[in-house]
Amino acid sequence: MIKSELIQKIAAANPHLYHRDVERIVNVIFAEIVDALARGDRVELRGFGAFTVKHRAPRVGRNPRTGAAVSVAEKFVPFFKTGKDLRERLNDSKH
Amino acid sequence: MGGKTLTRADLAESVVQKIGLPRNESQELVELVIKVLSESLAEGEPVKLSSFGSFNIRQKGERVGRNPKTGQEVPITPRRVLVFRPSNIMKERINAGLGRRRAAE
Repeated sequence: MIKSELIQKIAAANPHLYHRDVERIVNVIFAEIVDALARGDRVELRGFGAFTVKHRAPRVGRNPRTGAAVSVAEKFVPFFKTGKDLRERLNDSKH
Repeated sequence: MGGKTLTRADLAESVVQKIGLPRNESQELVELVIKVLSESLAEGEPVKLSSFGSFNIRQKGERVGRNPKTGQEVPITPRRVLVFRPSNIMKERINAGLGRRRAAE
């Protein structure tokens, strides 16, 4: 499923809303998650999962081809942990 | 990074503020978005959201695990796990935001 298909499904369930408004609503929701992470907050959607940011300290890496030492700057990586309900549902149908 | 934790209610509030929909309707829409995402994934269909990221399903085979308390070997059954891969846009925005905070400290 891609974003346009998600929007299509939300729009079909809400015939009183304009399609372009459903598009804006979906975009606002995902933008809010990104904004929260960029502020250093976490987002927990009980049953679905939680988005957090992990910190990676600066380190001295190596160019694997030449062996030369290169400094790698610190960085922040977004991380998603699947919620309990969804984790169970992923395996319900299969087993 | 001691920040706050946002929940469904905060996402609904941003829909109220930015779109101007009533609060109860905004809450229903947030819930529906999560429901549609979950249903797709539960059916084994990956989800790709441009400028956000993608949720993929990975099939794990059986392997031998160990009860860390007793040291006893136990088989871990084959299972499906969800992996989220953030988009480059998301990664850039988070590093821009948190890098700036760092610089200000």
